[in-house]
Amino acid sequence: MTVYLVRRLLQALLVVFAMSVIVFVGVYAIGDPVEILISPDADQIERERAVQSLGLDLPLWHQYLVFLGNALQGDLGRSFVFNEPALKLILQRMPATLELAFGAMFISIVVGLPLGLYAGLRPNSPVSKTIMAGSILGFSLPTFWVGLMLIMVFAVQLGWLPSTGRGETATFLGVQWSFLTLNGLSHMAMPAINLALFKISLVIRLTRAGVRETMLMDYVKFARAKGLSPARVTFVHVFKNILIPVVTVVGLELGSTIAFSVVTESVFAWPGMGKLIIDSINVLDRPVIVAYLMIIVLMFITINLIVDLTYSLLDPRVRLEGKGA
Amino acid sequence: MKPQSRRRGIAVSSVAAAALVLAAGQAVAQTATIAVGAPVTSLDPHFHQLSPNNAVADTVFDRLVNNDVNLRNIPGLATEWRAVAPTVWEFKLRPNVRFHNGNAFTADDVVFTLQRLPNVPNSPSSFAAYSRPITRIEVVDPLTIRFHTAQPYPLLPLDMTNVRIVDKETAENATTADFNDVRAAQGTGPYRIVSHRNGDRIEFERWDGYWGERAPFQRVSYRMITNDAARTAALRAGDVDLIDQVPTSDLANLRRNPNIRIAEMVGLRLIFLGLDHLRAENENSPFITDNDGRPLGRNPLRDLRVRQALSMAIDRNAIVERVMEGTAVPANQFLPSGVFGHVGDLPPVPFDPDGARRLLAEAGYPNGFRIQLNGPNDRYINDARIIQAVGQMWTRIGVRTAVEAQPWTTFVGRAGRQEYSAFLIGWGSNPDGSHPLRNIIATFNRDRGWGASNRGRYSNPQVDSLLDQSLSELDTEKRERLIVDAMRIAMQDVAVVPLHIQTNIWATRRGFEYTASVDEGTLAQRLRPAAR
Repeated sequence: MTVYLVRRLLQALLVVFAMSVIVFVGVYAIGDPVEILISPDADQIERERAVQSLGLDLPLWHQYLVFLGNALQGDLGRSFVFNEPALKLILQRMPATLELAFGAMFISIVVGLPLGLYAGLRPNSPVSKTIMAGSILGFSLPTFWVGLMLIMVFAVQLGWLPSTGRGETATFLGVQWSFLTLNGLSHMAMPAINLALFKISLVIRLTRAGVRETMLMDYVKFARAKGLSPARVTFVHVFKNILIPVVTVVGLELGSTIAFSVVTESVFAWPGMGKLIIDSINVLDRPVIVAYLMIIVLMFITINLIVDLTYSLLDPRVRLEGKGA
Repeated sequence: MKPQSRRRGIAVSSVAAAALVLAAGQAVAQTATIAVGAPVTSLDPHFHQLSPNNAVADTVFDRLVNNDVNLRNIPGLATEWRAVAPTVWEFKLRPNVRFHNGNAFTADDVVFTLQRLPNVPNSPSSFAAYSRPITRIEVVDPLTIRFHTAQPYPLLPLDMTNVRIVDKETAENATTADFNDVRAAQGTGPYRIVSHRNGDRIEFERWDGYWGERAPFQRVSYRMITNDAARTAALRAGDVDLIDQVPTSDLANLRRNPNIRIAEMVGLRLIFLGLDHLRAENENSPFITDNDGRPLGRNPLRDLRVRQALSMAIDRNAIVERVMEGTAVPANQFLPSGVFGHVGDLPPVPFDPDGARRLLAEAGYPNGFRIQLNGPNDRYINDARIIQAVGQMWTRIGVRTAVEAQPWTTFVGRAGRQEYSAFLIGWGSNPDGSHPLRNIIATFNRDRGWGASNRGRYSNPQVDSLLDQSLSELDTEKRERLIVDAMRIAMQDVAVVPLHIQTNIWATRRGFEYTASVDEGTLAQRLRPAAR
């Protein structure tokens, strides 16, 4: 196990390093931040001064080495726009994104698993067909459109929920959270549902497919022949086995929800990392873009690791392979 | 709270209802919520020259010379100013002004502010240019200050409208981060900042010690909602009371809505086409070929007749009405009438495709040529659609036009390196003709700081010389004549092809009123409860 972990960590380091090069070169290629940041009426002298003060007069390799040197000391650079450490900016926005992502994940599991289970157990009932048709909608409707529709119906027409923003927050562990206040929860409802819609459909389909497949397995037949109650067969024998693909996908989905909830965050003006990154891309705030992508890479590596470890808890065969590797 | 009082109002008798509505009106008037489309990036008024930042700074801070909604100079922290000698400007400062932290405002704060401008670390777009012409500052007494310049400098009062005065004692060792944490953001303006969440919202509170007109609301929440549709929806849902940058596509709907009021005013942002003046007559321009795609061997854009033809081929009214949905006015020069430097006797550019074809034939292009028109697709209102429209109009006179729209981040760098033959771009002017002339029309010259945004590299010695004279002319009338002459020459020479000047649009909920302005900034003090 330890050998396995160490190897995984070394691989992770390599990936982080490679990504830093790719990200840095890629962001460098987009354009010149000074052209975007500087006031249009700045004269040539001002422009040169700005280029120098942001360290953009150095050649690319030099800029990268400076970045790498600082990054090794935990400094991912200073935002051009905010003049604050990029890491601090991102971490400030992280709780908002995290609570939204976990909220969406929670909804998708709580709604998706039972519906998928039902659709898998009774594939021919009209209810199941409705669920499956609904999941197609969940897959295919674009997030920004659904988000705007939610706002139009629940905020503009009915006036039940606030249209945008994060609402009141309460402090927990030194961080501001919306889900701890009623007002915050009402602000969170629509973006979380919007973000969850795709994932609910995903979980429904995965669960249904798993149930359908597992129900035909010999051990299920045997369990039923043995006279076990249908509930026990479903919730102990079937459920446990379909969880592996669901956990994998949900884990990876959590990562992409945290990293790329850009659309939802900007439609609902939710002050999370997604909104920060899109604003930063628009003004080519290179340090923030690079820092953000680095953090996302780290996050995905961590999630993958956790998913692998969870596997080994759920499936003893994986544990054995892990030891052998 | 508001819906509640409305419901109660329906239930009781009409007289009581009226009283309740009135009471509700007063209660409502205590707070207001504003949603702006562009994020404010810093509360440090000297860190980044960016219109959203400046708008917030003008709510919290004052300048020696403020401006009204028509961008006319009005007394701010200075009550009067005049040139006491050709190279000396004297400003009389307003007495009994206090900063939000209680400190008194004096000449020392002005001196400190001007010294701070070039010394803000890591500023991506600094305000240093406004202190550069000043060679020496003389404090005559605590309320009189003199600025000495190397040459006569008529633009000094205008420059002072860009310099927000900070409290020396508070800001002396403060960093930009200290401003962002609100601690150092202590101004003399009508609202003071209570809290700030980066990229999300700023909470203002009325500053009761303000020297000018009392701010109308006790508290104002200033939120940033960058998504156009979400901003409009927030207004319609009643979550916010004022939005700016109203999307043109929602405008017709909002106008019909009885609960929404639109405030608009023609601004100072000209949308125009830049043309390649850099390549000589016998050189190839990057995106111009003959009709078979072969190099032309010459740059047709150096021929005045071709430039005139391209300008006459454009149906500006159609663009304004169809593409811009009426939110712009056709333009034949940089500044609208009534602004210092507007050329009154310049006729509108006629829409005349036949005349354009004749001019092309005279210039030696009876069958036209091919060109690519570039532009951004995320910067100006409907930018990509405008270049498509222009492309069709040019093609109609035989100049077969390909259109390419790119994100601003990639577009602007290439335009600045003269990689395009023709491109759409915008310019938000200061209310003084010397501003566009110096930046866009004047010959590119690093040492003088001229033509920094002259991306087409137009150059006309006659214009340069008139501009040069105007920059040291203290007599306002003479100065205006010089600027108008320079502008007329440049526009007759089709240095650029002006298209239209944008209208600035705000929308408020019923019960609120916003004073539209020539500048694009959204200022909390311009929002007030509607007169009933």
